[in-house]
Amino acid sequence: MQWETVIGLEIHAQLATSSKIFSGASTQFGNEPNRQACPVDLGLPGVLPVLNEGAVAMAVRLGLGIGADIAGRSVFARKNYFYPDLPKGYQISQYEIPVVGTGQLEIALDDGTVKTIGVTRAHLEEDAGKSLHEDFHGMTGIDLNRAGTPLLEIVSEPDMRSPAEAVAYAKKIRTLVRYLGICDGNMQEGSLRVDANVSIRPAGSDKFGTRAEIKNVNSFRFLEKALNFEIERQREILEDGGTVQQETRLYDANADETRSMRTKEEANDYRYFPDPDLLPLEVDRAFIERVRAELPELPDEKRDRFMREYALPAYDANVLTASRELADYYEATVAAAGGAPKVAANWVMSELGGVLNAQGLDITESPVSAEALGGLIQRIQDQTISGKIAKQVFEAMVAGEGDADSVIEAKGLKQITDTGEIERMIDEVVDANPGQVEQYRAGKDKVLGWFVGQVMKASRGKANPEQVNELLRQKLDS
Amino acid sequence: MISGRTGPTNDGSNPVMHDRTIAELARALADSEVSSVELTRGFLDRIEARDPDCNSFITVTREQALAEAEAADDARAAGRGGPLTGVPIAHKDIFCTDGVRTSCGSRMLDNFEAPYDATVVRNMRDAGLVMLGKTNMDEFAMGSSNETSYYGPVKNPWDPTRVPGGSSGGSAAAVAARLAPGATGTDTGGSIRQPAAMCGLTGLKPTYGRVSRFGMVAFASSLDQGGPLARTAEDCALMLGAMAGFDSSDSTSIDRPVDDYAAALDTVSLQGLKVGLPKEYFGEGMSEGVRGAVEGVADKLRELGADPVEISLAHTELSVPAYYVVAPAEASSNLSRFDGVRYGYRCEEPKNIIDLYERSRGEGFGAEVKRRIMVGTYALSAGYFDAYYLKAQQVRQLISEDFRKAFEQVDVILGPTSPTTAFPIGERSDDPVAMYLSDVYTIAVNLAGLPALSMPAGFSDGLPVGVQLIGNHFDEGRLLGVAHQYQQATDHHRQVPAGVND
Repeated sequence: MQWETVIGLEIHAQLATSSKIFSGASTQFGNEPNRQACPVDLGLPGVLPVLNEGAVAMAVRLGLGIGADIAGRSVFARKNYFYPDLPKGYQISQYEIPVVGTGQLEIALDDGTVKTIGVTRAHLEEDAGKSLHEDFHGMTGIDLNRAGTPLLEIVSEPDMRSPAEAVAYAKKIRTLVRYLGICDGNMQEGSLRVDANVSIRPAGSDKFGTRAEIKNVNSFRFLEKALNFEIERQREILEDGGTVQQETRLYDANADETRSMRTKEEANDYRYFPDPDLLPLEVDRAFIERVRAELPELPDEKRDRFMREYALPAYDANVLTASRELADYYEATVAAAGGAPKVAANWVMSELGGVLNAQGLDITESPVSAEALGGLIQRIQDQTISGKIAKQVFEAMVAGEGDADSVIEAKGLKQITDTGEIERMIDEVVDANPGQVEQYRAGKDKVLGWFVGQVMKASRGKANPEQVNELLRQKLDS
Repeated sequence: MISGRTGPTNDGSNPVMHDRTIAELARALADSEVSSVELTRGFLDRIEARDPDCNSFITVTREQALAEAEAADDARAAGRGGPLTGVPIAHKDIFCTDGVRTSCGSRMLDNFEAPYDATVVRNMRDAGLVMLGKTNMDEFAMGSSNETSYYGPVKNPWDPTRVPGGSSGGSAAAVAARLAPGATGTDTGGSIRQPAAMCGLTGLKPTYGRVSRFGMVAFASSLDQGGPLARTAEDCALMLGAMAGFDSSDSTSIDRPVDDYAAALDTVSLQGLKVGLPKEYFGEGMSEGVRGAVEGVADKLRELGADPVEISLAHTELSVPAYYVVAPAEASSNLSRFDGVRYGYRCEEPKNIIDLYERSRGEGFGAEVKRRIMVGTYALSAGYFDAYYLKAQQVRQLISEDFRKAFEQVDVILGPTSPTTAFPIGERSDDPVAMYLSDVYTIAVNLAGLPALSMPAGFSDGLPVGVQLIGNHFDEGRLLGVAHQYQQATDHHRQVPAGVND
């Protein structure tokens, strides 16, 4: 039987506020345990939450970024359950009325098609602390530094039909939140956490199958692997005539499998009710417009502009706008090169991209600045060096040997464009190879290429290939 | 049991310090008739000598109090004092105090010291008031008799076999026994007004949002409100002025200037004041003594120029059931933080986390608290939420609407505070519903977020009877003014329990 996969994602983005969502404590990552937990975060008796307006502004930013309705009035509720790293015994979250309503996002698939994924809602909530199970000899350590960190939970519609689409959507959300400056998108540190709801159904069916929720996926690669495993697991069950249980499953990256964490029957009754310590959140038009005025250019807008302004193909534009930093780097490169946008795109994507990949660096850590790369491209454009020599110069630049001009100077790589010098080299080669001259003159045109190679070799690659071609032809045809 | 009246005496001599009101003590301090250290030591000595009988204090902070008193005397000497600088008071043990145990009347918090002051505590310290200690209370403010306290019941100074009311029973008993001239309380369903009535005091529950809840251990967040317990309306006005105000740490605090309550005492006019008497408050269940006292107050107010009229608060009978859904629902969530993990009581040798939760909470909480957690958890559960919690919220709207309409016709509402006078210790401990019904007149006010005051209105069989004045939102000044003028014309508030001045 043909099966269709249905995936929806719940993405928790830690908002990049400097203080927590309901207290003044710092949200910095990596401090010593419990150094960033104030009485509110510790859930001491009598303390009260006060909403951080910065977190609201960030939620509204996301809402505007996905074209969603912003609720004029939304409500914070208490989600009640006991867990040692949940200090109050409830999490403050938004339940019935979230601040961000229905929106949508476009994802570009590998075959070049664009698909629209619906976003059901996004709501504000507080993060819990962490339980540390090692180093405490049979006891559990509780670190509440993270407790109260603002989270925006972004819930998609079940619109994705393959793990690849799910990964593309998750990446797009990551790109968006980073563009918006509301989340650093770091999945290893847990700044961005993805839970996947996945089910399968017979192709053509319009009813959803029973879904499993997969948690504990901390990279895009693991997301894809976890989904693939889960789809296969469900397919085997269904094809054996069994039924899929509605349950929460944890992904184990070491074993590359998902394991049952709790079934629907074991699920908590969270006893949601409006938090009486917080008034309903009111967001007025003026606030929304203030946030809108501060919005940066969004990924899709930037991609379209790159295609328009730099005449880039869609693929290049998508790659170069994958992050704001990469797009900024690219634009700075073009500016420094004084044009040549397609050449610049190729250099940033292939040569520089290769180096960054190999060294595991982010674009912000590039060993070659955009200005320096632009300078190199300028030397290609003004024919000081050939594209081939440029790769050699670039390697030296990566190794820290200076900018393009000083490398060209130091290594004597300046392209030879002096007609007299090229002619002298041509004469030498032609004189030394009378047999080939004869072949050419007998009509074997291909030999010209061989002669060009010989001359380039003699110039150690520095002769301008076009000039060599032209002068050789003149010489041999004369 | 009444041993005569107090207050400024007819022969011109002043009463003993411990029998003076806050206003009188403030004058004595201003006139250097007494120092704060002398005054504070006097009350501390009385507490030491007499409280073992009464059990109104859980913690007495002698050294800290004397240090604060000394600082107050210095401030006054340097001309930096305010009107209340150096006056000693007590705090209900529900207000967190930096470095001093805050038990909330529970074994759960018997070992708990907050690293911060409640805003009310800070405000009153800033006003120069000296804290004598922390008063006894029903566990987590859940009770109407002070019998649910982990620290034992409090005895009513008017009759030690009877309860002082609750949950602010320790505060009420301490003031009635002249162990403190005033004390803070909290009122979720009547916990200031009912003990004030049963101990012959004046007590005010302010408008929801008028007094910060920050640092006040939460019982039912949408109903809780701190307020003063003292002997007179004037003292309540002085205390409330120090307690109240906007607090950015409490999102439900209201950003609105605090009225000059002391100034309102004499400027409020009783001439033509429309006083509503809700007919629903005079049905069955109210004792004859209480009925007589309310009618007596209505007559006196008429005599003073007011115009009592009958009104209707049609949904009154729904207030007890609505309250006993909303309050436990919120409490069940508010008390989840007491889990034995970070602070407070933890059971011995927990086997695992579930065992730690179950035994810490099972051993740390008393029976009434557990009952309410279970009721509240049930009301919020999937499948019951709509029928209980949502329905109760709808009833709450109806009750608010009743009051809104009533205040279109009248300026204040007058009724009983409690259906009966103080009942014997133990009488209702095994009958929660009978206990809950003693809040029938007070809890609608909390559901509607209104201010209300209880003041002494006479005696029935030797026990004080209180009446309640309910005002519109932020009408504390008017309530205090009406009560003050009534008190100028009567002397119920000046009666002293037998033995207190021996």
